[in-house]
Amino acid sequence: MAKGWSKTRAQVERAKERVIELAIAACGISAVVFVFAIIYFVFREAAPLLFGGLDIGQFLGSPEWYPDSVSNKRYGALALIAGTLSVTVLAMAIAVPFGLGAAIYVSEFSHGRTKEALKVVIELLAGVPSVVWGFIGLVVINPIIIDVFNTAVGLNVLNGAFLLGLMSVPIMVSIGEDALKAVPDTYREAAEAMGATKWQVTWRVLLPAARNGLLAAVLLGVGRAVGETMAVLMATGHAVHIPTSPLDSVRTMTATIAAELGETAKGSDHYRILFVLGALLFAITFVVNLVADVAIRGVRKR
Amino acid sequence: MVSERPKVQFETLTVHFGEHIALKDVTLDLRPNEILGIIGPAGSGKTTLLRALNRTLELTRDARIEGKVQLDGEDVYRAPSLPALRRRIGMVAPLPVGLPMSIYDNVAFAPRMAGVRSKTTLDGLVETCLVQAALWDEVKDRLADLGTKLSGGQQQRLTIARALSHEPEVLCLDEFSIAIDPVTTMRIEEVLKELSRRISILLVTNLVQQARRLAHRTAFLLMGELVEVGPTEGLFGRNPSDSRTFDYVHGMFG
Repeated sequence: MAKGWSKTRAQVERAKERVIELAIAACGISAVVFVFAIIYFVFREAAPLLFGGLDIGQFLGSPEWYPDSVSNKRYGALALIAGTLSVTVLAMAIAVPFGLGAAIYVSEFSHGRTKEALKVVIELLAGVPSVVWGFIGLVVINPIIIDVFNTAVGLNVLNGAFLLGLMSVPIMVSIGEDALKAVPDTYREAAEAMGATKWQVTWRVLLPAARNGLLAAVLLGVGRAVGETMAVLMATGHAVHIPTSPLDSVRTMTATIAAELGETAKGSDHYRILFVLGALLFAITFVVNLVADVAIRGVRKR
Repeated sequence: MVSERPKVQFETLTVHFGEHIALKDVTLDLRPNEILGIIGPAGSGKTTLLRALNRTLELTRDARIEGKVQLDGEDVYRAPSLPALRRRIGMVAPLPVGLPMSIYDNVAFAPRMAGVRSKTTLDGLVETCLVQAALWDEVKDRLADLGTKLSGGQQQRLTIARALSHEPEVLCLDEFSIAIDPVTTMRIEEVLKELSRRISILLVTNLVQQARRLAHRTAFLLMGELVEVGPTEGLFGRNPSDSRTFDYVHGMFG
């Protein structure tokens, strides 16, 4: 009798275990499914144009973006690509030193309350909606740039890069700090016991030991910057133009999609070309991630 | 060996970690060119004593230190430069910590941090230290390999080489033989005897026989208190002044 009861119980236990396993597996697989679904929908909308009539050479090589022209529609995305790249590169030039510097300060040089306060404030920074950043770019940074650089407009690469830089700092700090925290304390103690100063320990021991994580932090920042839309839409001046200086106005790929998609007819060439842009964005972030992955593997092998 | 000023003096040293007392009122001298063995069961404060000397104790957030620690008669807690102080003390931790850099760089780390730039000087130093740590023959052909790739015992000898690389006046060894085979241990013990002609050595060990082989004097710590300190043979003889010492060294407990 007792034996039979415990058998049922064992069965119930096993069934319960099975259900939980399945549920967790479903959660894991769903992420993959969503990613592929997104790829599928983007490419489905882009495909008729991409494989039927789009001049790829013109798309990637010409800066002439005239999707609305009545007589001569031209879909050259070079200026948009240049816009995205210029803003991203300058943003990283601002964000990497500040982000990694802040990560080092928070992880190694600050203690107690300062540390906690800093982390809270930095997380607060991460929570600022991008439209608010755009607003700051429009009403705060714009006049400053006009004043300082004596330009006609302050909505340009510099403005957008500054915003994107600040927006990518929080993620770099938190990932970078995690990477530094993961370096065993024994390294710190061993190096300090040999008479290295705090900075020598950081520079010679901790940064090399944490470089995988720090690289990941930087690339996540890059991903954030490449994909950001609203702030750059508001702050970069919305001019289709290959920039020759940080004070030139540009338009990014993301901003173009956001601004134009609502005004196109579904299924039109203009509609489809925006999805081609989206697919290109996808490809760029994919390559960034792949490079990061390969780089990290390379580092690990050594 | 006698009648000189002590190299290191711990004076009424008390260390708290939060509520916990790790060391209670310990007064102990290390004489010049002496190997002082420190024995005692786990948790008796041996490691804390070493870390109080090179001030790495301060890296532990809630450590509170009272009393005095002097090196050559100077209070280490008033040392004008912490890195300079730490360079005078070599520290070998119980579990090997190969820094994530090449074998060569591991040993050249401290001299470089101290400002040595000359390649020839560094080369010579790296070789001397690795020879002294009985590791040279095993690694001389692959100095560029990562230090962390060495076996546990090799990494431990690497840390010994590193501790010698900044030419310390006091060498602190914290259970150095824990990850090393007996033969290598013996080789390093010979090196330590040799080194004690030039420098003073604090030898924390779980192996009472190791203290007996090497130490001129031995101190017995128990639960943060110094039970007794004296010439090693006395401690290991029939009549140490405290019965707890007798029990410990004869394996009655601990």
